[in-house]
Order: sequence, then C-alpha cells, then structure tokens
Amino acid sequence: MSEKPENEGPKVGLFATCLVDLMRPSVGFAAVRLLEAAGCQVFVPAAQTCCGQPAYNSGDDADAKPVARLVIETFENFDYVVVPSGSCAGMIKCHYPDLFADEPETAARAQALANKTYELVSFLADIMNFEGLQSSYSGTATYHDSCSGLRELGVKEQPRALLCKVSGLTLNEGREAETCCGFGGLFCVKYPDISEHMVDEKVDDIVATGADIVLAGDIGCLLNIAGRLKRRGIPVKARHVVEILAGAGDGPAIGDGTD
Amino acid sequence: MDATTHRFKRNAKEALGDSTLREALDMLAQGFPEKRLNAMARLSEFEDLRDQARDIKNHVLENLDLYLERYETRVTEQGGHVHWCRDAAEARQAILGICRDADAKTVTKSKSMIGEEIAINDYLEANDVVPIETDLGEYIIQLRNEPPSHIIAPAIHLRQHQVAETFREQHQDLDKDRSLDEARDLLDEARGELRQKFIDADVGLTGANMLIAETGSIVLVTNEGNADLTYALPRVHIVIASLEKIVPTLEDATTILRVLARSATGQDMSVYTSFCTGPRRPGDLDGPDEYHVVLLDNGRTELLGTEFQEMLRCIRCGACLNHCPVYKAVGGHAYGWVYSGPMGAVLIPGLIGLDQAADLPNASTFCGRCESICPMRIPLPRMLRSWRRQIFRRRQASATARVGLGLWSALAKRPQLYHKVTGLIIGTLKLFGRRQGRLRSLPLAGGWTGSRDLPAPEGGSFVERWQRGERL
Repeated sequence: MSEKPENEGPKVGLFATCLVDLMRPSVGFAAVRLLEAAGCQVFVPAAQTCCGQPAYNSGDDADAKPVARLVIETFENFDYVVVPSGSCAGMIKCHYPDLFADEPETAARAQALANKTYELVSFLADIMNFEGLQSSYSGTATYHDSCSGLRELGVKEQPRALLCKVSGLTLNEGREAETCCGFGGLFCVKYPDISEHMVDEKVDDIVATGADIVLAGDIGCLLNIAGRLKRRGIPVKARHVVEILAGAGDGPAIGDGTD
Repeated sequence: MDATTHRFKRNAKEALGDSTLREALDMLAQGFPEKRLNAMARLSEFEDLRDQARDIKNHVLENLDLYLERYETRVTEQGGHVHWCRDAAEARQAILGICRDADAKTVTKSKSMIGEEIAINDYLEANDVVPIETDLGEYIIQLRNEPPSHIIAPAIHLRQHQVAETFREQHQDLDKDRSLDEARDLLDEARGELRQKFIDADVGLTGANMLIAETGSIVLVTNEGNADLTYALPRVHIVIASLEKIVPTLEDATTILRVLARSATGQDMSVYTSFCTGPRRPGDLDGPDEYHVVLLDNGRTELLGTEFQEMLRCIRCGACLNHCPVYKAVGGHAYGWVYSGPMGAVLIPGLIGLDQAADLPNASTFCGRCESICPMRIPLPRMLRSWRRQIFRRRQASATARVGLGLWSALAKRPQLYHKVTGLIIGTLKLFGRRQGRLRSLPLAGGWTGSRDLPAPEGGSFVERWQRGERL
C-alpha cells in the first residue's frame, strides 16, 4: 500500500486482472478515476497477477490454487476488492470457496474475500451509489452483457443506468445482448470453429443495432469481439464501459492503431 | 446407435457448414426461448415452482429406494409387472421377452429417450419384431434412419421440404402427384400411414415423463395424442423408464408438470397429459390386457452421492438445448449420441465413457444460460467443470494445455517474475502491432488469429505504469 490517499472512504484494492494489466491499462486508470470520484481510497497492490481462472476452468485445480492463494493474501486486508471484469470477479466471488472446499481454513478466508469482492460497475452503482462523472460521448453505443457478470453477479442494469447519464450517448439494445460472444477463455482457441460462429452472430447483432461502438465490462469478450470486427472490416469500435464512464474514450479503441 | 462423440470437432465443423441445418437451428433458437419467456410472464409463481420442483426431486433422490419399492408395490397390486434392469442389455432382453411372450409382430412406440438410450429399435428389428415410431418427429427420423437431434423435437434439424422428400421416397404407394407443400399435408399423410398400424400393433411401447409412487401411475406428456393410441389399443403395454423418473405423489407430479411444458415449448400445458395405471380393469372400455414397466438403471444409481447426483433431477424438457449457444451452433447430431446440449454434455460422458466424450464437457464457454433457465435448477456448468477435473486428472487434456497452464501458474504465483516475463511479451506484441493496433497472425496463436485479429496491447502494464506514478 504505497499510496497514501487523502479521503476517508473505504479502502478498495483494485484487482486489475491480467487482461487489463497487460492488454488495456487504460481500463485500470479509468477504474481508479471512477472509484476515487465515488469516494474510495484506491490501492493497486503490485503483487497482483491473475485470478487463476484459466487453470480452474480447465479442471486443473492444482495449478489454480497457488494463484488464487496469492490473490487472497494480496487482497484480504482491504475493505473491498473491486475488479473491472465480471468473469474474474465471479471467479473470486463464486468459485474460490469451492476451489478450497477441501482446505477449511483457506476456504473461510476465500469466503471472506468473496463477500467483499465486486465487479467494478456494480460496485459503483450498488455499494457506492455513484451517480456518474458527468462525462460525455457523442455517438450510439450498444452494451454486451458478459456471461459471468450477468448470470453469476447480476450485472445488468448498473452499467446501463450509468451510461444513461453520459451526455450525448444513445444506447441501443442488441436483441442478443445477453448471448455469449464465444470467447469462453481457452474455449475460443480449443474450439475455434464454434467460437467463430458465435462471435459472428454477436457481431451481426451489434451491427443490427446501428451502434458505432460496443461496450462491455470484460476485456476478454471485448478482445474477441473487436478482433472479429476488425477481421471482417466492420468500423464499429469496442471499449470497456468504464473508459466511457470515466470520460477516457479519447485514445485508440481496442484494436485500433495510433495512425 | 454407434456413438460418434469422439469426433465431435469434425461433426461440429460439418454442422457449421450445413446451411439447411443453420436455418433449422435459427428457427429453434428464436422460437422456444421467446415462448418460454411469455409462458413465464403468465405465471407469477414460476420461480417458486422451480424451487418446489427442485426440492421434490432432491427429496426423491435421498429416498429413491423407498419410492421405487412403493411404486412397484402399487403397480403389482393393480395387476402390472415391474422389470428391474441394471443396464441397456437387460432392458432390451426384458422388452424382447415380453414381445415374444405376446407373439408380437409389430410394436408401436411413442417417443422415448430411454428407448433411444438402449437402442431398442435396432434390437427389436434384429429379432424380427417391427418397431413403428408414432411421434411425428420420430416417425420422420425413423424413415430417414437418423438419430434424434433434440430430446423433445427429434427432427428439429430438418426443414419441411426435406420431410416432403422423405415421404415421397418412403410412401411409394401413394399418388406421385400429391401435394406435400403444406405442413398440414405432411401431418395428414403421416397420420394416414400410421392409423392402421396403431390398430394392428400387438404391443405398445411408451416412455414415461414421470412415475408416481403413490398411485403406481405413469404420466405421459405429448402434443400429438400418439402415446394414448400407443398404450390403449394393443393387448400389451410396455413402459420403458429410467428409475429417477419417480415422484412421490400426484400432487408432486402436477407441480413438475407446471414447469415442464412451460420450460420446454412455452405451453402452459402440453396438449395431452395422460395418467396411465395398470392393465384394463373389469368395466374399462379400453386399455391393455398386460402392463409391464421396464425400470432402467444404466449407471444412474452410481451417480447418487457423487457430484453428478443433481443431474438426476433432469426432467428432459430440452430448455438447456434451446438456450445453449453451442447447441445452436452445431445442432444435436454433432454430440454424436442420443442426448445433446448441456444436459447431454453432462450425461454422455457418464453413459458412454469419458474416453469417447471428453470434448463435450470442454465445448462450453460456461456462459451459464443453461443453469439460469433449467426448471430443476441443475448446476450444469458446475458438473461440466467436474468432468473437466476428471479429464485433467486422467491426463486426457492435451499436452499443450497441461504444459501451458502449468507455466502460467508458475509465473502467476511469482509476481516479480510474472511482471518481467509478461512485460517482454507485451512489449514484443506492441512492437509488431504498433501501427495498426492489431495483429493479423501470430506464431502458435492460430486458434485465435485464424478467425480474428488480436488487438495489440496498449503498451506497458497497468501495475508497472501505476507504480511509476502515472494517472489518468
């Protein structure tokens, strides 16, 4: 905890997730801006890496456990742990206690961590009653519900409510907003044909909304969707929802260059 | 049938390239989920009913022996016979034995997934007993010699024109110039073909949606009424059912009926719901002289007390197929055996072995839609993950996956090393993807870049840039 924030709000450990950390740091910075604006003291522990989900979802508990244990050790002393991903927040909140079911002591710590872990946007809306930053975006967006956020954590209305407060932004709902994009972690490389079909249907649904940008709360989905949009030459942009909420939508969108 | 589950990936690729199948699957995925939503909206207590239905089956599974014995007692009291069968072979022999005792030449059948599971049609045919499917979908796929592609809509993979072609091929004695353009024409033709067969059959073979311990009854749910003609007209009625179909009381059965059709087709109730209890009694106008229940285990009791026990709550409504994006992409035949979709991916490895079926639990994004709509609240993704654990433990996972996950874990538990190594990787990716912001191809990443670009990293890691004091 190297920082010494000034406010007296809850101490929030920001778990950026490996994908944000490595692929899209601007989501991390946007998350900090939003959390601080909502009155939190934000800490970014340097010891954070991955939540262990790739191994856990592959049935490889032995490799998932040490990674999960590191997350528990690194984050258990904060008031809250906030994650800009429904998938990784769901891993901690819903699956860590199961992962350690045969180690009662760690399971209790995992459960305690689970109880105070939140996906970022739902944390802002539900816990901090955050009203938005008066940011603006001129354009039409559509929102993709990532599966874990939606079904494990109940993230549905919160991002939409906050997006409604972004001036200049029109939100068009996709008919299949709740349908999986076909990412699924290692699924997309193990079953590329099926995954391609799924992401194509997702892309078609996005295009049908007439939106110029697709927003979501998970970088995994967004890399997949943006990658397919680019490959098909469709000029719809893709960003993490917090980039827009934080008014940080000026830089290149996901998969866009600096040219 | 011979399972083709071991070549799931090839099956899937072929299915994805089949444009007629695409049309059929698109219609299915549009129709059923919307109808289900409408049905739920008409019944405010639907979520409570799901809890009740789950609790009923949980109670049954904790007391399975008690209710099965009570059921047998009731059936026997009413003049019926119960045949306990450990596996498919025993069930086939029991059914053939009853057919032989009845000197049966033809057997009419209403749709039964257990019939498919034990491949009864092939067995009867090989033993000179002719099975005749009477559910329209089953009738069509029997003519085409195909397995069902959906547990409640067996011919859902076909378009109407394909059915018309099949009827023209198979019903050679009918007028060649007849019109088969309308669904009604096809229905009427199948009905005409089947009518005399219902009357002539020596044995009627039905499944059962539920067995009721309190009364010794079976419950049969159809939209065509074919099951009623199947069990009421022949001299002998055989029920083939797996033993987890048992519920304690009539009241319990009606609770489950209230979630069954709504989840399956979005109907409040199916068109026909029949309760059928034993052979014809003195004074009855119709009904069989003999009544047999073939109770199949086939590995189900081995699931009791394991992480798969909850799968035995399944009432075969098909909702998880209707809502599954993977099923919608590849259809039922790609799964390579009798069942398909999420429930199939959980059941099939247990029934035909993980060696053949390891792809099924893996071919899921864990999107969780199946669990969210399952009327019995079966945690299907959790059970798929349990299978993945077994696959990993048996070293059936690919070497690349095992080594890759081991390396990732070794790095991820050492933050300093992790940040050094990942820093090098993202630096390189950034360099190659710099101008366009994405990479079109990448060594060893063909699984990704075969169909999508890889967005390039922005540069630097968040943690490292944060530590350097960078802020938005």
